[in-house]
Amino acid sequence: MVLSEIVTSGPDFFYLAPWVVFFPVIGLLINIIFGGRMGEKAIGTVASTASGLTFVVAVLLVLSLRAHPEGATIPLAEWIAIGDLQIDWAFRVDTLSVTMMMVVGGVGTLIHIYAIGYMHEDVRYKNDPGRYQRFFVFFNLFIAAMMILVSGDNYLMLFVGWEGVGLCSYLLIGFWYDKDTLGRYSIDNAQAGKKAFITNRIGDFGFLIAGFLMFWAFKSVQFDTVFEAAHHIAETQTGMILAITLFMLLGVAGKSAQIPLFVWLPDAMAGPTPVSALIHAATMVTAGVYLVARSAPLYTLVPAAQGTVALVGGITALFAATIAVGQYDIKKVLAYSTISQLGFMVAAVGMGAFVAGMFHLVTHAFFKALLFLSAGSVILGVERGHHHAAHGHHDEHDDHAHDHEEVFDPGDMRNMGGMRKTMPVTFWLYLSGTVALAGIFPFAGFWSKDEILAEASALNFTVYILLAIAAFFTAFYMGRQIWMVFFGEPKHEAAEHAEESPPVMTVPLMVLAALSILGGALNLPGVGTFTHWLEHTYDKFSAMHLHHGEFNLTVAITSTVLALVAIGISWMLYGRKPQTQGQPDPLKRILGPIFTGMENKWWIDELYWAVILNPYIVIARFTADVIDWRFWHDWFHDKVIAGSFQWFSRTFLDSWVDQRGIDGFANGLAEGTKELAQRLSGIQTGFVRNYALSVFIGVVVILGYLILQ
Amino acid sequence: MLPISYYVGLSAILFSIGALGVLIRRNAIIIFMSIELMLNAANLAFVAFARAHEALSGQVFVFFVMTVAAAEVAVGLALIVTIFRNKQSIDVDQMSSLKG
Repeated sequence: MVLSEIVTSGPDFFYLAPWVVFFPVIGLLINIIFGGRMGEKAIGTVASTASGLTFVVAVLLVLSLRAHPEGATIPLAEWIAIGDLQIDWAFRVDTLSVTMMMVVGGVGTLIHIYAIGYMHEDVRYKNDPGRYQRFFVFFNLFIAAMMILVSGDNYLMLFVGWEGVGLCSYLLIGFWYDKDTLGRYSIDNAQAGKKAFITNRIGDFGFLIAGFLMFWAFKSVQFDTVFEAAHHIAETQTGMILAITLFMLLGVAGKSAQIPLFVWLPDAMAGPTPVSALIHAATMVTAGVYLVARSAPLYTLVPAAQGTVALVGGITALFAATIAVGQYDIKKVLAYSTISQLGFMVAAVGMGAFVAGMFHLVTHAFFKALLFLSAGSVILGVERGHHHAAHGHHDEHDDHAHDHEEVFDPGDMRNMGGMRKTMPVTFWLYLSGTVALAGIFPFAGFWSKDEILAEASALNFTVYILLAIAAFFTAFYMGRQIWMVFFGEPKHEAAEHAEESPPVMTVPLMVLAALSILGGALNLPGVGTFTHWLEHTYDKFSAMHLHHGEFNLTVAITSTVLALVAIGISWMLYGRKPQTQGQPDPLKRILGPIFTGMENKWWIDELYWAVILNPYIVIARFTADVIDWRFWHDWFHDKVIAGSFQWFSRTFLDSWVDQRGIDGFANGLAEGTKELAQRLSGIQTGFVRNYALSVFIGVVVILGYLILQ
Repeated sequence: MLPISYYVGLSAILFSIGALGVLIRRNAIIIFMSIELMLNAANLAFVAFARAHEALSGQVFVFFVMTVAAAEVAVGLALIVTIFRNKQSIDVDQMSSLKG
């Protein structure tokens, strides 16, 4: 390995680590303060530059880590110091965190550049150009929060980033908060944001409990302290590590959209497409995977937790993949695909295949960002076509025709078709993302997914079966999507008139496409660059046995054959005989009710409504109306407290204490003074001789006293 | 030489007569003269003790008392004249308008 040959005095840029957070913060401050006067180009440039500079810092950190693979911790400030609890604001630079920084900074920057073009059109289709500035402020805020998440040196800092990205996710899902996905006035998007936020709260509750338990057991939340003591705690406090890791799994399930908390991610597609690509595919949702990979020294101590995590990931991967088959919205397919792929990663890190999981995280960030952004390009192309078509009619009819145009969903794949001719660049980009995701040799997804499958076949065969079937479905739904969108005949005049996107959108996609095609080179079997890279982080903990992803030819051939068969079937169904508009999905004929289930997402949302939400709302109404309002407010507060106080004050305080007690005292004092004065005035006779007598008697008394004492 | 108790006894008698006069009589001028009598009783006591102790300070006091008495007479008579002008009488019992 080259690393050992490099002299130890290589580049050392570790001190730059805090700038991965500072740059986006500076960018968003500039955009907040001056953005109103800067114009769209400048806003986009500032935001992209800020994001790009974080990537530069990440690259410098990579170079430094090659020279000093042990990494560094850069303390910035003391944060919390209460008794035993000592938490610093410190940045951790090691191979794991820098991997995440590279993904967030690199993919993030490309998506920023893409968004310059995308949002320019999006704000115009939705008639509110003023929100352009806001979008990039939120975007930079997201980068800052995500960087805090991945660079924190303790669980609390990680949690701050965790909540920060959750906030940005909420803000950006509800970016068009007064519209629905079709641009009509509605609260649908705001509801979607709320759903994401609340579902994540449930996960965060788990994370918080895990954090509290950790502080209780370890008296610290700092990574190294916790990991070093983990072995000891595992022996003395049975179950503690298990509880921590399982509660942490709840947080992972929330953030990384795993069963049972995945329901928010499909709805999160209400956000603009760059948001779906950056937050809900490439970076934020992988935070859970990062958390497990970061907590590897804890998970490896408890096989039960590992098994649970792997099983949750495996089931999610398969479950979401089946739903993706039955979706018609181009972004919804990708959303369920993301859940499924996150399931792969979670299963991998759950099994202890941390390198495979992180490797898939990186390649998935490339190709899923590419797919989402290309889907955005398709949607905008269709919208352009729709406007074009509408304008064509507009000239012929009177002005009012425009107001009554049909509600048109530019994301519905049933309206598309034949778009490889109208949007050739986007078609090739989409195709390269698709083959990478489907796991076709030699594209990025093949290597990373195969590493996971190979590990699973050795470590956990149940999960291997689940993942292999999920991989089959993955190839199928991606094939279905390609045939429906890009082949056949246009099924709507909007698709017919679709126009290609500008270079500001397609050029970043080309970079992502190149990464999707070549990304597998990061960790080729036998070379294992990425494995050696991550080893530096994991080798510190002697208890850890890092699995070297061994290439398993049987597994690789099996999955490739499965993928090819799946694409073949999808061609038979969707590619050979292109459907016409309004025709039911060909798969429906074959699968019948099963397809209806896939189409309706297995009624999971309805199930949650019936089992959790509706009873919850009933209970909430009951507590609000009966317990709070009628019991506490009307009865306890009004009747018992206010009523008894009024009665008490009327009957006792008013007449007794106030009128007789306080008034009596004041009046009595006045009366008494008057009385006394009246009596004393009798002494004032006015006769001088009386006064003289008083003086005389006084003198006699005083003298008598003085003499006789 | 007479023993000092004689002088002190005379002084006490004079003082008592003066005090009774002030308390009993209603005529302002008589009250005035009674006050002079008490002052002179005190003077007598001063002189007697000064003599007995063979100290001059007592006699010096007497001069002061005489001076104060003279000043008092000047003020007092002026007051009596003013009262008479207002009330056509010098009966002190008539002057009770400050009675409560």
